[in-house]
Amino acid sequence: MRGDSLLARLAGDRGSQLFLGIVLLVGVVVPVLHLVPGDGSALHLSTYTMTLIGKYMTYALLAVAVDLVWGYCGILSLGHAAFFALGGYAMGMYLMRQIGARGVYGNPVLPDFMVFLNWTELPWFWHGFDMFWFACVMVFLAPGLLAFVFGWFAFRSRVTGVYLSIITQALTYALMLAFFRNDMGFGGNNGMTDFKDILGFSINAPGTRVALFVASAVSLLLGYFACRYITLSRAGMVVQAIRDAESRTRFIGYRVEMYKLWIFTFSAMLAGLAGALYVPQVGIINPSEFQPINSIEVVIWVAVGGRGLLYGAVAGAVLVNYAKSYFTAALPEVWLYALGTLFVVVTLFLPRGVVGAVEQLWARRTRAAAATPAPAVSP
Amino acid sequence: MSKKLVHSKRPVPGILPGPAFWPMLLLAMLVLLAPVARADDAAFTAAVSGLAADNFADKSAAVAAIVESRHANARAVLAALLDGKLYLRSADNRVFITDGGETALQLTDPSTLTSAGNGKPDDFQRITTNNGLRKTLRSAIAGFALADPDAGARLAAVKEMTRSLDDESAAMLRGAVDKETDAAVKQAMREALAYVNLASDDAATRLAAVQELRASLNADVYNRLTTLVADDPDEAVRAAAKAVVSSIDSSRRMYSSVETLFFGLSLGSVLVLAAIGLAITFGVMGVINMAHGELMMLGAYCTYFIQAWFPGLTTWSVLIAIPVAFLVSGAVGVAIERGIVRFLYGRPLETLLATFGVSLILQQLVRGYSANNVPVETPAWMAGSLQINDALSLTYNRLYVLLFMVLVFVALQLILRKTSLGLKVRAVAQNRNMARAMGVRTEWVDALTFGLGSGIAGVAGVALSQLANVGPNLGQQYIIDSFMVVVFGGVGNLWGTLVSGLTLGIVNKVLEPWAGAVLAKIFVLIALILFIQRRPRGLFPQKGRAAEG
Repeated sequence: MRGDSLLARLAGDRGSQLFLGIVLLVGVVVPVLHLVPGDGSALHLSTYTMTLIGKYMTYALLAVAVDLVWGYCGILSLGHAAFFALGGYAMGMYLMRQIGARGVYGNPVLPDFMVFLNWTELPWFWHGFDMFWFACVMVFLAPGLLAFVFGWFAFRSRVTGVYLSIITQALTYALMLAFFRNDMGFGGNNGMTDFKDILGFSINAPGTRVALFVASAVSLLLGYFACRYITLSRAGMVVQAIRDAESRTRFIGYRVEMYKLWIFTFSAMLAGLAGALYVPQVGIINPSEFQPINSIEVVIWVAVGGRGLLYGAVAGAVLVNYAKSYFTAALPEVWLYALGTLFVVVTLFLPRGVVGAVEQLWARRTRAAAATPAPAVSP
Repeated sequence: MSKKLVHSKRPVPGILPGPAFWPMLLLAMLVLLAPVARADDAAFTAAVSGLAADNFADKSAAVAAIVESRHANARAVLAALLDGKLYLRSADNRVFITDGGETALQLTDPSTLTSAGNGKPDDFQRITTNNGLRKTLRSAIAGFALADPDAGARLAAVKEMTRSLDDESAAMLRGAVDKETDAAVKQAMREALAYVNLASDDAATRLAAVQELRASLNADVYNRLTTLVADDPDEAVRAAAKAVVSSIDSSRRMYSSVETLFFGLSLGSVLVLAAIGLAITFGVMGVINMAHGELMMLGAYCTYFIQAWFPGLTTWSVLIAIPVAFLVSGAVGVAIERGIVRFLYGRPLETLLATFGVSLILQQLVRGYSANNVPVETPAWMAGSLQINDALSLTYNRLYVLLFMVLVFVALQLILRKTSLGLKVRAVAQNRNMARAMGVRTEWVDALTFGLGSGIAGVAGVALSQLANVGPNLGQQYIIDSFMVVVFGGVGNLWGTLVSGLTLGIVNKVLEPWAGAVLAKIFVLIALILFIQRRPRGLFPQKGRAAEG
């Protein structure tokens, strides 16, 4: 195994191979079906469906980020949606600046909501967001920095377990309250919307949509394999040791808080990337993304799919969100019952999630298949 | 006969007395009043008839005679005359009090204040008044109030007169102030007179008046004084007014900080109520119950449904709701523990997720089957506010919630310290295995502890229903705050919860005026997050072995 190529090592297990295959397939087939057949054709895939799948992929990336810290490091973050939203806001700010003079008030520099609030100049933290590269840096920097500072304090003073969960929840709650304020300069409760174009291309053009879709697929692949690489590396082994026996790992001589801090920060940046891809596809970002329940929902995606399995997180995100799309359209009042029941059932009966349960069944069947000839031999 | 007394149009709130009540009351009143009433009746009735005189001079004399008679109904008759409700029956020249009406007049006999049947409007003539007579009447009525033996009634009369001061009432106050024995009433009279004197032409009088108003917190007085600071022609008066205004300012500031403190304590007591049940389940069992807020919501709905189903009980429904909410939420809590939580001991993060699922289900249940965001009626004894002075009034509902929080806290402490259940709960919290070895049935204790914590949540919900509308999201608003309270205070420590809840409440309210409600909340959250980094185990950490669990 040591001599194998990097890719062979990363995609060495069946789950990862399956994941790679499906994402590559979807990443190619969906855009083709969207662009090539005409509108009337049975094979045509609507913009709505493609955007939905693209949205699922950004959710899957967020789930992978959460699984990395929860499944592999044992940190249950109830605030990861905050990092997702921060990444989204960074991208949203870029998109707002791109609107330029095409807003309702026609101000070439100030976004509409600032004109509405009678602001005369751009707040300092909005400078630079007219450049795409700057926004891209901020997509990683804003969530990363917050996670770093937060983690720096939290992990060094050994805040663990439910305490950490609760203060991450308080963090996202505080951010939600802050972003709801109009004076903060992030659009208040309306958030940011009405985006016109990205990098000079109209955001609603089919080509741009496909590009965003492909970018989501590529980011999901990269994010997944980056996490996979980390979990297979030596540092990843230490991280899993921390999950299983934190004190013992510390006594052996590893600096537990440093490992936790870096993995937490990396995960937050990944969540920020997911948010940045999410915003141009759905076309809006507002403070409700910071709601504590959003973060908890991400955790349940991971739990449903199977924590500690990166492809499980992806599967969980897609499954739960597909169910959500289906229920909220068909039986809206049932959805919260279903979600609530999902929480209870998964924690009680499926500690390793759906994917874990399937794997277990699979393993039992292959074992049984291997074992069946044995009795036939005996007299 | 018994029916005659029931002429009050005001609905009688609460529980109506039984059928035997009114005759009994009437009998008692007759026995008590008969000798007194008979002695005065003759003079009084004559004077009342005199009110029907043709000229206003005679009417004035009759008013004086009525005042003189000191009859129990004198004030009512004069008030009726002032309001134009006194009528003369042309047939027999008898005077009646009536509310007037298009078709039939409801008559009341002035000497007994009992009903005297109906009459046709055509047979009656209103007894008229003029400006001079009305003035005499007004001062006579105020004079009755100022001569009332009850100091509270006198104070109310002075307050009433202060609202519309003229020469007449000022003269009356001047007459009454020296005879007054009660210090508070006397002070109120002097302030009222001083307020009149502020308009005096004599600079010395104004100066004295300004000095007199040093301690007044009345808004009118304050406004008048501030205009004096700018406009008064006399230098000394201006200076004195300025000094008095600044002294009033400082005492107003003092009272407003007392008020902030009260608001803080009130918010804090809500936080403590919300958090204390959580402190038990979290502290004793190490279990995070995310459905705690929904258990509060259930308690609040208990109050709502008791009011909806038994509308006659508005006065007591809140009190009835307390045990009901305790039992309902407690039962749901035990069900959650038996059905879910006990399978997840030792896995706190999973418990957190499972109970969150329960909270979603409970919310949706309520959303589907009942009213959303409905107001709960506040009983009369909880409405209104305690007016301490012009600058400070404390609303009764917040006061009661504060009191209620103290009661719940004391009750909980007693349960944990004095009962056998409490002993077992503490034993299990300190060392589960050892308690088990000593024969404590930890399974039972867990279920009951969870039930107790949940029941307290229900009781907290009853209190919350008095402060805000009842809706499915009621609990959600408090859940993060109550977690912060528990963690800040130190897990497993009820005193810590009390101190941290009240502290957070006060800090929030102190920050609010200059930061705004939302920003204050954000500051508090950030401060808490930082605090937990410094002291991960809260203000009052558990010590010894229990801390290691």
